[in-house]
Amino acid sequence: MSSPTSTSDATGTGAALAGTGGFLGRSRRGWLLVGLGLVLALALPWFVYPPVAMDIACWALFAVALDLLLGYAGLLSFGHAAFWGGSAYVAGLAAIEWGLPFPLAALLGAVFAMALAWPVGVLSVRRSGIYFAMVTLAFAQMLFFVVNQWRGLTGGENGLQGVPAHFFGVEAVEDQAFYFYYAALPIIVAGMWFAWRVVHSPFGRVLVATRDNPARARALGYDVERYRVLVFVLSAGLAGLAGGIFAISHGFVSLQEVAWQTSGKVVLITVLGGIGTLWGGIAGAVVIVLLEDFLASSGFDGIGIITGAVFIVVVLLFRRGVWGTLSDLLGRRTGRSHAVERSISAGDGEEPTA
Amino acid sequence: MNEILQYTLQGLAAGSFYALAALGLAIIFGVLGVVNFAHGACYMLGAVVAAVLQDLLGLNFWLALLVVPVVMFVFGVVIERLLVSRLIALDPLYNFLLTFGLTLLLVDLVKRQYGVSGLPYTRPDLLTGQITLGALRLPTYQVFVLAFSLLVCAAVWLLMTRTRIGMIVRASTEKSELTRALGVDVNRWVTPVFGFGIALAGLAGVLAAPFRAITADMGSSFIIILFAVVVIGGLGSIVGAVVAGFIVGLVEAFGQAYAPALSQIAIFVLMALVILVRPAGLFGREENA
Repeated sequence: MSSPTSTSDATGTGAALAGTGGFLGRSRRGWLLVGLGLVLALALPWFVYPPVAMDIACWALFAVALDLLLGYAGLLSFGHAAFWGGSAYVAGLAAIEWGLPFPLAALLGAVFAMALAWPVGVLSVRRSGIYFAMVTLAFAQMLFFVVNQWRGLTGGENGLQGVPAHFFGVEAVEDQAFYFYYAALPIIVAGMWFAWRVVHSPFGRVLVATRDNPARARALGYDVERYRVLVFVLSAGLAGLAGGIFAISHGFVSLQEVAWQTSGKVVLITVLGGIGTLWGGIAGAVVIVLLEDFLASSGFDGIGIITGAVFIVVVLLFRRGVWGTLSDLLGRRTGRSHAVERSISAGDGEEPTA
Repeated sequence: MNEILQYTLQGLAAGSFYALAALGLAIIFGVLGVVNFAHGACYMLGAVVAAVLQDLLGLNFWLALLVVPVVMFVFGVVIERLLVSRLIALDPLYNFLLTFGLTLLLVDLVKRQYGVSGLPYTRPDLLTGQITLGALRLPTYQVFVLAFSLLVCAAVWLLMTRTRIGMIVRASTEKSELTRALGVDVNRWVTPVFGFGIALAGLAGVLAAPFRAITADMGSSFIIILFAVVVIGGLGSIVGAVVAGFIVGLVEAFGQAYAPALSQIAIFVLMALVILVRPAGLFGREENA
C-alpha cells in the first residue's frame, strides 16, 4: 500500500484488510452456495459430536458478527467477549431465575449486549485503527472485572452452574444436544441472514464508504461516527445472540466467556476465515473449533501453542483467509474479474515486495 | 497521613512496572508504528528468565538486572527480524494480530515447560525488611523499585534528549515521514529500537520477580492495563507513557486500599474519562488521534 511503517493510514484499516463483496449473493451461484451451506449445517451433527456442532454454529455466528464490524466498517474490536460473555451471563441468569425458554433468554442476552455496546461504542469510535482495538479491549476487561467481583450474581470464578435449557416443554430438545442443535440452528441462521441484509442494504454501502474514505463520506454528509456506533451495536447484538445460545447449550457460564482470550479467539476465527467475506467466519469456526476439540481430546495441554502458531502463519502468509482465497480461485476459474474488488482487497498489491 | 504515604509508595512502586514497560511500548510504537501485544508476555518472560537463571546458574538479582534485559534485547531483535519486519509495510493491525498470536504461543510454551504454580525467586537480603524514617516504615523493596525505575527512566530520558540516536528516535516518533524526507535512515534503527523496547519490558519483569508470583499468566492482565496506560498517556508520547504508568499504579494502590472490589475497574473508568475529555490522551496531540 503506502510507504513503509505508515501509521497515518489507521482509518483505512478496512481497505487494507478486506475486500467488499465476497462471492456470495451473486445470483445463481450464490443461492447454490447458500443451499449447500444449509445442507451442510443440517448434516453437521451427524458427522461431529452434537455439542461440538453447536459450538461451531455459535462461533460461526460470533465471527460473522465481528466481520460485520471489521470487514465492513474497518473497525477491529478486541473486546467482543464483553458482548458474547455479557449476553451469556444474562441468558444464563434468565434461564435459571425465570425459567425462560432458551431462544428468549438468548434474545434477552442479545438486547443486553446491545445496551452495553451503545456507551462503549460511543466512546470507542472516538478513536479508530489500533486505538479502537485497545480501547474496546480495555472496556471488555472492565466488564471482566465487574463479573469477577459481583460474586452474588455471577458466581465469580465458579461461574453460573446448572443453566437449564427450557424449550416449551419439548423434552428431546431440553435433554439432548442433538435435538437442541436443530432447535437453535434457525436462530443462528437468522442471525447470519440479518448480517447479510445489513451488508447489502444502503446502510451497508455507506458503511463501506466510511471504511474506505471517512473524510469523503463525511463531506458527503454522512455522520461517520453515528454509522460506526450503529454497526458496533448491531455487531454486539449478533455476538450476544451467539453467546447466549452457547451458554445455554453448555449448561454453564464461565468467566472465560468474558475474558480477552475469547475476544482474541473470535478475531482469529474471523481472520482465518477471511476478513470482509462475512461467510468466512463459518469456515474459520469449523477449523478452529474442530482443531481445539481434537487437541483437547488428544490430551495436549498447550492449545495456545497451536492456535498462536496458526494465528502467526495466517497473518504472515494467508491474509485473505480461507474464504478469500477460495473466492479468488473461483473468480479466476470462471473468468470473472472483480475489478473493483481487486483494487481494494488485501491480497493484491499488498504483499511485501519479496 | 502515614497510611497515605505508604499507599503512595506502594502505588508508585507498582506504577514503576507499568512505566518501564509502557515506555518500551511507546518507543516501539513511535518508531515502528506497531502496538506490541506481546509486551505483557515479554514482561512475563523477563521474570521467568530471571527465575530460571537463578535456579540453573545461581545468577543473583543484581546480575539479572543486567543480564536479562540483554537476553530480552536479543529475543526482541530475533522477533523483529523473523516476524514483525515482514508485516511492517502493511496496516499496523496486522502486527497487532501477529503479536497477539505470539502471546498465546509464548504463554502456553512457558505454561507447558514450567507449569502454572509459579516459580520461586529469592530476593536479595539487602532488599528485605523495611526502612524506618521516624514513625514511617517503608518496605525496602518498594523504595528500591521506585528509585531504580526512576533512574532508568532518567537514563532513557538522557538518551533521548542528549544523543543522536535519541534525536532520531524522537524525530521518527513525532514525524516519521518528515524525518525520512530529511534524509535520516529511520529503517536502520527499527530493529535495535524494537529490541530495546522488549528489553525494557523484560527489565520490568526482573524487577517484578522478587515481588510478584512468577507464572505464565502474570503478563495477561498486565498487558491490558498497559494498554489503558498508553491510552491515558497518549500512545505517541514517551513522557505520557511514564507519567500515566505512575498514575495508574497510584489509582490501583489507593483503590486496593479503600475499595478493593473497584480498584481494577477504577483504572478503566479513568481511561474512559480521558477518552471523553482528551481523546488523544493526556500527553498526546490531537493530530495523532
